[in-house]
Amino acid sequence: MVKRVVVGAHYGLRDWLAQRVTAVVMVVFTIIFVAALIRHSPMGYGEWKALFTHGAMRVLTLLFFLSLFYHAWIGVRDILMDYIQPTGIRLFLEVLVILALVGYGIWTISILWSA
Amino acid sequence: MAQVSMTKKRPKHLDLMKIRLPLPGIVSILHRVSGAALFLIGIPFLLAVMNCSLANQDGFDRWKASIGNPLVKVILIGFLWAYLHHFFAGLRYLALDLHKGIDLPTARLTSKLVLIASIALTLILGAWLW
Repeated sequence: MVKRVVVGAHYGLRDWLAQRVTAVVMVVFTIIFVAALIRHSPMGYGEWKALFTHGAMRVLTLLFFLSLFYHAWIGVRDILMDYIQPTGIRLFLEVLVILALVGYGIWTISILWSA
Repeated sequence: MAQVSMTKKRPKHLDLMKIRLPLPGIVSILHRVSGAALFLIGIPFLLAVMNCSLANQDGFDRWKASIGNPLVKVILIGFLWAYLHHFFAGLRYLALDLHKGIDLPTARLTSKLVLIASIALTLILGAWLW
């Protein structure tokens, strides 16, 4: 007899932690962004563009969006797991959410790097 | 004894009109509702605004002019509330995860603070935006 402990698929803790780490990243970015907005207010196009094309800010903005998309994935997946019982429909919706979020990720990079 | 508690009739109804959520429950369901709204409409809206306003001077001006539209203002204020509520409720959950404020009186107080802070800040920023 092999001794086995049934503890699930193991993604629970990782996602639980990721949900919180990404949240903290977004809190920090929100504070930095609001501080920058206040400092440069009122803002014209030049300053607005400079804010996001500044090297560190561009990377931070991308980090914010990637955190947002991962955070959104875990949250929306939890909502779907709670309310959509038929497996087929739930999987279909989950695939739609993943495709949307990956698409948003590509769009974000294209916005930030073409600005 | 176990049998008694198993068969004990407990009030059970899933009628949304009859369910009376305690304050922390209201914060919780609003956290979910605001999260869903931010995902469904907030993210594409935010990216569309970034795309338009960063592309060129013309796009920036168009976006700035569209803020003047009262309908756009109302939508923006709606998302402002969703973001702020999700933000403050999220901070509360982070504190709860660290076992801060888990006793009932504190948990009720902080959920009240989350509701008040997000609505108050939305009203202040909304008034300033208007």
